Amino acid sequence: MLSVDIRHPQGSFNLDARFDCGAGVTALFGRSGAGKSSVVNAIAGLTCPRAGRIALGDEVLFDAARGIHVRAGRRRFGYVFQESRLFPHLTVRQNLLYSHWFDRTLYSEADFAHVVDLLGIGELLQRQPAQLSGGEKQRVAIGRALLTKPRLLLLDEPLASLDAARKQEILRYLRLLRDETRIPMIYVSHAVDEVLQLADQVVLLDAGRVAASGSVEDVMGRPDLRPGGGLFEGGAVIDTRVGAIDDQDGLATLNFEGGALTAGASGASVGERVRVRIRARDVSIALEPPRQISIQNILCGTIARVDAPEGGGAAGVSVAITVGSATLRARVTQRAARQLALAPGMTVYALIKAVSLDRRIGSDLQKNQ
Amino acid sequence: MLTPEELEIVRLSVKVALVSVAISVPFGVAVAYALARWQFPGKSLFDALVHLPLVLPPVVVGYWLLLLFGRRAPLGQFLEQWFGIVVAFRWSGAAIASAVMSFPLMVRAMRLSMESIDPKLEAAAQTLGAGRWGVLLTITLPLALPGILTGMLLAFARSLGEFGATITFVSNIPGETQTLPLAIYALWQSPGGEAAAQRLCVLSLALSLAALLVSEALVRRANRRVRGDDAER
Repeated sequence: MLSVDIRHPQGSFNLDARFDCGAGVTALFGRSGAGKSSVVNAIAGLTCPRAGRIALGDEVLFDAARGIHVRAGRRRFGYVFQESRLFPHLTVRQNLLYSHWFDRTLYSEADFAHVVDLLGIGELLQRQPAQLSGGEKQRVAIGRALLTKPRLLLLDEPLASLDAARKQEILRYLRLLRDETRIPMIYVSHAVDEVLQLADQVVLLDAGRVAASGSVEDVMGRPDLRPGGGLFEGGAVIDTRVGAIDDQDGLATLNFEGGALTAGASGASVGERVRVRIRARDVSIALEPPRQISIQNILCGTIARVDAPEGGGAAGVSVAITVGSATLRARVTQRAARQLALAPGMTVYALIKAVSLDRRIGSDLQKNQ
Repeated sequence: MLTPEELEIVRLSVKVALVSVAISVPFGVAVAYALARWQFPGKSLFDALVHLPLVLPPVVVGYWLLLLFGRRAPLGQFLEQWFGIVVAFRWSGAAIASAVMSFPLMVRAMRLSMESIDPKLEAAAQTLGAGRWGVLLTITLPLALPGILTGMLLAFARSLGEFGATITFVSNIPGETQTLPLAIYALWQSPGGEAAAQRLCVLSLALSLAALLVSEALVRRANRRVRGDDAER
């Protein structure tokens, strides 16, 4: 739907990014300085890359060769910045309706009421931005972008300047937005958990180039992206559905094709989709099912590959284990791999402590409503 | 309290100062914006030219104005033919002299406030549909308002005190071009005029002080509106 192909010299590297993104949420993921913001600014039309092309469907927004550059205001893309960038001299209401000064046709009382209601900012309308908290500012900024009736929503690290509690608050609204408005989003972030909670696809940027792109499960589970970039700790991402909740112990059973996991419930409800990330260092391997052990998750699977560490033993051996439809990653020492004679095709048991599963990944949407 | 002559002098001084500010504001805002936001070749030369009246002897400025705006000079003829305005040896000439002399002060204050506006806000406005003029009118100028007001009031106060360029350009004609400083000078020159000059000096002090106090109050109010601080919390 949106296709991006841009090249631009920038500081110490050349931005050279080419990717497509469709409906849903596409995360632009990478370390700070990887060129994420530059890409988003080019998509928004705030900057003009040296070469390349940007198109939304059939509509060309930028084409260096043909001298096309549609200005930011005409692209109808909503943009939510890291710092809310509310206009300090206008009230919250005036900020929300700012875009309507330039396009009367955008105005609709119902839309306004809906956005105000969705983001819970009805109380704030008469205030000045200086009187708002960080989280409130960001909610107003999101509302302001939504009221432009955007064809695409760009979010450039909208949580970066917030504390942990406010982050969860805004994430909740963003998920609500994703599920309710169906506006495609490009979400810039360097935080793994935000990407896991929100995104459908990931474009991984490294030093101005696209290092990988694809579904969240594929990209975030790839072990090769870890040591080289040091971007995030290697692991597997599994899409699950909550099968049962044990209120007494506060545990949830998370089903996926060919297996199930036990993890902290943390407010999840039955039937809900939960994405779980299992870090490779939290997975142990046994050749026989152990008995009398505290570990709650013992999954039987087949070794798909064994990768020796890059440049020496310190990093450990990375083992990919296929369990049903999912692929787990385990990191074990070279000695352990040798003692167990781990090799592709072997049937093994992967052991994962329930408490090691990233519990925040459980969608806390329902809990907070 | 004030004699009719003194009242006339104050009225003329205030009129000249007000008109001089009115003439220079549009240019001041435009020049300040160009200096704050644009990069162009010859910018430092342009900046120096704008500041020239601050460092040139006022007599020189007055003399050049005479060369430009005299009744036989190019600009003077243009104004007379097209608008029927004669500025040489008229109060309107005094206003022009004041406008030129106070221009650097005005631009400085306006430019500073425009430079302090975060360009990111202007970028945000662009993404919300504002074009170049839209951004200028709804974001840049309102946010620069405190600086624009400061610039106007500084220029106003400076105009009240303008002497050298005025006396060179439009001479010292009572009732036409004789503003406060010129009247003080004239009284000082005439025997027995010291007492009257003293009175005008005090009057001048009161007027300038009032202008500064009003400016302070206005800027505070504008600041509050722009930043949205405290006021109604």
